[in-house]
Amino acid sequence: MGKTLAEKIWQEHVVKSAQGEPDLIYIDLHLIHEVTSAQAFDGLRIADRKIRRPELTIATEDHNTPTQNIDKPIADPVSKLQVDTLRNNCAEFGVRIHSLGDIDQGIVHVVGPQLGLTQPGMTIVCGDSHTSTHGAFGALAFGIGTSEVEHVLASQTLPLVRPKTMAINVNGTLKKGVTSKDIILAIIAQIGTGGGQGYVLEYRGSAIRALSMEGRMTVCNMSIEAGARAGLIAPDEKTFEYIKGKPHAPENWDEALAYWRTLFTDADAKFDVEINVNADELEPFVTWGTNPGQGAPLNSVVPDPALISDVEERGAAERALIYMDLKAGTPLKEIAIDTVFLGSCTNGRIEDLRSAALILDGKKIASSLRMLVVPGSARVRLQAESEGLDKVFINAGAEWRNAGCSMCLGMNPDQLSPGERSASTSNRNFEGRQGKGGRTHLVSPLVAAATAIRGTLSSPADL
Amino acid sequence: MEKFTTHTGNAVPLRRSNVDTDQIIPAVYLKRVTRSGFEDGLFAAWRNDPDFILNKEPFKHGSILVAGADFGTGSSREHAVWALQNYGFKVVISSRFADIFRGNSAKGGLLTIVLSQEEVEELWNAIEASPNLAVTVSLEDRAVSYQNVKVGFEIDDYTRWRLMEGLDDIGLTLNHVAEISAFEKVRPSFKPATLPTK
Repeated sequence: MGKTLAEKIWQEHVVKSAQGEPDLIYIDLHLIHEVTSAQAFDGLRIADRKIRRPELTIATEDHNTPTQNIDKPIADPVSKLQVDTLRNNCAEFGVRIHSLGDIDQGIVHVVGPQLGLTQPGMTIVCGDSHTSTHGAFGALAFGIGTSEVEHVLASQTLPLVRPKTMAINVNGTLKKGVTSKDIILAIIAQIGTGGGQGYVLEYRGSAIRALSMEGRMTVCNMSIEAGARAGLIAPDEKTFEYIKGKPHAPENWDEALAYWRTLFTDADAKFDVEINVNADELEPFVTWGTNPGQGAPLNSVVPDPALISDVEERGAAERALIYMDLKAGTPLKEIAIDTVFLGSCTNGRIEDLRSAALILDGKKIASSLRMLVVPGSARVRLQAESEGLDKVFINAGAEWRNAGCSMCLGMNPDQLSPGERSASTSNRNFEGRQGKGGRTHLVSPLVAAATAIRGTLSSPADL
Repeated sequence: MEKFTTHTGNAVPLRRSNVDTDQIIPAVYLKRVTRSGFEDGLFAAWRNDPDFILNKEPFKHGSILVAGADFGTGSSREHAVWALQNYGFKVVISSRFADIFRGNSAKGGLLTIVLSQEEVEELWNAIEASPNLAVTVSLEDRAVSYQNVKVGFEIDDYTRWRLMEGLDDIGLTLNHVAEISAFEKVRPSFKPATLPTK
């Protein structure tokens, strides 16, 4: 019987396998940042261990870094401590780092692909659950905890239990105004925040093939919100074209390409589970609740928890509506927004900024709200500026910031106030995620831009 | 890592599902560079509510957390495990755990036990009927016991052995450094390296 793509990559990275034990898996690339690495370096020091392969490791500062006044010392003493600790650790252990102000600084999941370090068939880990982003290149990429960061630093391997495989077939054609973000939000609403647990998801089908590499990254990015540690897409000509010319693209290109072309799920391979999604029927999708599975088409209404049959889900929906201060039956398009956040490892790449700028060009954002535009990396910011996108955002009344995770998780000064409501292109709408008491609606960049103009949740078709 | 064989303590009925790691410990507490002292961040937002279960006697002294389905979803932060452990929890019971949280727990020595939702409900009811109920978790017997009830649970032999021996993962792996070196010798040369910088 044939193999799935995930099984092929897994098999090629098994260092050691024994009955009843996890496989020991070799890690090709380890990305680190300031928030989940400090204790790992501390652990190495305590045990007098070294980094086995510093040249397969790279660090960037993103989670808690400010997006304004980045030429000045970081004001928040705790953020400064974490960033300084990372810099010191990288210097001590010989790890390449892109610090705030560096041209290659940015969100770790934007930086990897941009440098060409993310390639098909690799195993990639990072102490951040959105590492699944890199799966868009046909890599097996997943988030790990700090102990695992220490483990990879010390051994370049991880003991892992082989996951099951789930195919998510997305066939058909997206309507105008429907994006990769809407695909993944609809998938999560369909299978639930626990639906992917224990699986590697493989996104397949004509609608996935039609996506750009950046669109594919958006889809894979949110695999974790469906409970899956990793999600991937078989590489194709678009993938190879994207990598070609990047700083770390393979020098022996033909050899790499020949290998990459073997990276697909065999026709006779069997997935443990298959899910089908009809792209023709998808609409712009937004969340109304406090987990990414609590979403609905923008044209619908806030659901009535009383109509949810599952007791747990009903309770969760009731609590979510209280937290979100929403009433069942309210049209989603009537929900007034205070802050629009465009950015994050989900939707902070150049295509995301371009698509939002196209909507905002020559228009003004509603006087009732503020809009933050935070590029995913310093290079994305530069690229946007070279295309004049910064002017479009600034002229519309939005704030043009420096790169980082920013308001996606509110570890830096970019936060919601209690009760403040956001339309956010990020990945999580958990209680307090964007600031204590903040209320988050997850949206695509197109919905973010249209919402900024109208002041209520909107799609470009409403303009 | 502390060895885990048997633990008896107070159990805390947390009647909530989808408890994500942002609730277990909000991001604002992640800014530390040490490995201890995270107990103040545990369920920080919920603990502002005087009616929250951990603000009540005797639950505030609990060491076994009994939670609803899908515990530990969301961010991969291992601080969630540390916060639970620093607070004094030795065991978390739920009908389903998020994968990353479960892996992090096993590595840190926090035992996660999957029981069916019915078994969790029965345990919740028993604790609420007698809040000082002594609950015993035996890794040796693979069972949770209270009153006359004994519920078995499954755990893979490898994780069980590691927890019972209190073995550190990295040390175990570094016993196989020869195999790692052999693997590296046949790794394709076209795989990227971060150094030298290009």
